[in-house]
Amino acid sequence: MSIVDLAATPLRELNAALHALPQDTNDTQWTIRNPRGQHAVAVGIDAPIAVEIEGHVGYYCAGMNQQASVTIKGNAGVGLAENMMSGEVRVTGDASQSAGATAHGGTLVIGGNASARCGISLKGADIIVKGNVGHMSAFMAQAGNLVVLGDAGEALGDSLYEARLYVRGQVASLGADCVEKEMTDAHKAQLAELLARAGVNGGVDPGDFRRYGSARELYHFKIDNVSAY
Amino acid sequence: MCGIAGLFLKDEKHSAALGRMLSEMLTVLSDRGPDSAGFAVYGTPLAGGVKLTLRAREAAYDFAALAEQLAAHLGAKVEVTTRATHAVFTLGAEDAAAAEVWLRANAPEVNLFASGRAMELYKEVGLPATVSQRFDLPSMAGSHAVGHTRMATESAVTTAGAHPFSTGPDQCLVHNGSLSNHCALRRNLQKEGVGVETENDSEVAAAYLTWQMGRGMNLGEALEASLKDLDGFYTFVVGTEQGFGVLRDPIACKPAVLAETEAYVAFGSEYRALAGLPGIEEARVWEPEPATVYFWERAQ
Repeated sequence: MSIVDLAATPLRELNAALHALPQDTNDTQWTIRNPRGQHAVAVGIDAPIAVEIEGHVGYYCAGMNQQASVTIKGNAGVGLAENMMSGEVRVTGDASQSAGATAHGGTLVIGGNASARCGISLKGADIIVKGNVGHMSAFMAQAGNLVVLGDAGEALGDSLYEARLYVRGQVASLGADCVEKEMTDAHKAQLAELLARAGVNGGVDPGDFRRYGSARELYHFKIDNVSAY
Repeated sequence: MCGIAGLFLKDEKHSAALGRMLSEMLTVLSDRGPDSAGFAVYGTPLAGGVKLTLRAREAAYDFAALAEQLAAHLGAKVEVTTRATHAVFTLGAEDAAAAEVWLRANAPEVNLFASGRAMELYKEVGLPATVSQRFDLPSMAGSHAVGHTRMATESAVTTAGAHPFSTGPDQCLVHNGSLSNHCALRRNLQKEGVGVETENDSEVAAAYLTWQMGRGMNLGEALEASLKDLDGFYTFVVGTEQGFGVLRDPIACKPAVLAETEAYVAFGSEYRALAGLPGIEEARVWEPEPATVYFWERAQ
């Protein structure tokens, strides 16, 4: 087990050590102390390790993550798990804007609220937010799932492609080309699996969620839609 | 990009450390705004007096001589405290208006940055840590304080263009962002008799709030009204004699973090700025919602 105190160790040293880990490393348990809101903590890991960060982090934490399981005990700044490829990132508190932006794979679990643009341009990852998400969430999201146990802000799913959005609470408004869709049993089963992966055990009924997706009217240029472009 | 730091103390536990706490916050925010820095510190309101914060454009300016001339003109006592390029003139509240008129007419070599019963305001070009040190911010005590580190966008890197801006007694505003309708607003405010001294967009926002509060609104109401009238992107932190307010534009273009404990409310552009505050581990830390007024006021 490795313990790194960022009050004593420069951040670049930590990230370099994480980047240097071989695929078959035995050094699989990492604890990071005193992040004090620093940016780019544990960015770019590509190894099957578990990292626990004790405290609030700044921007881009666990960005580009592959394979690793990163847990933040606190809040995260802008761009949490941005462009994650695989693995999982969990934050016990809130996440600021653009959490999970462009993430291709893996799972992002936000214990509190996420601010604006959560899952912007999502490309295949699954994001589960136990609280609310801010405006313009899932903007231009292409693939993957965004699950929101609380409410969603304005313009949810604007210019959406094929990502699926599940919201249990109120949606302030839907963005252009985002519509409510039927919740079939297959969707409920998928949602149940996503909730289980996020550690939401019992008390949350997939039947309480509404599903939103793309109306597919803005995908290709249509002269009838010219005013919407 | 700019950095904002603010502290509103709920009791006297940290009063003596207010300046030190703010100084550390501003230093952390250097990389968001290395051009200039400034801060307004609210001390105990004077019973029958007013403090005028002046800034001289030349380095070794003789503030004592200016104070003597002003005292002679007023026929009243003027106390002077000099800190680097700034000086605070303390005089009777009944003489404040006449003093301001006289200074503007007779001392064009100084800027009158602020006036009020409680507030002193310091700002200069330079790295935040240097500016803080020049004015000895760590030694300042008080009930609340607002600070700013500037990376200029809308107007030149000058001391007068640094934040905070004060356009009314004990009122100050710092701004991260950029306003797009400040020229039209400036003209309208001037018609209403509210003076704006610089070309800076943020000063217009300060003047707008002063105007609304002059019409009877409290700070919270004035901030609410600004959501309709100000166009652009902004995170504002505002101080009044007894109050402290935060507002972000509806799109939340600029970052903001609030923290609250039993002892204080703290604002930082990023959490990094708050990480050194006492008891921050137990604080409620959250991102203020867009287009939502956050406002604290001390019971008078």
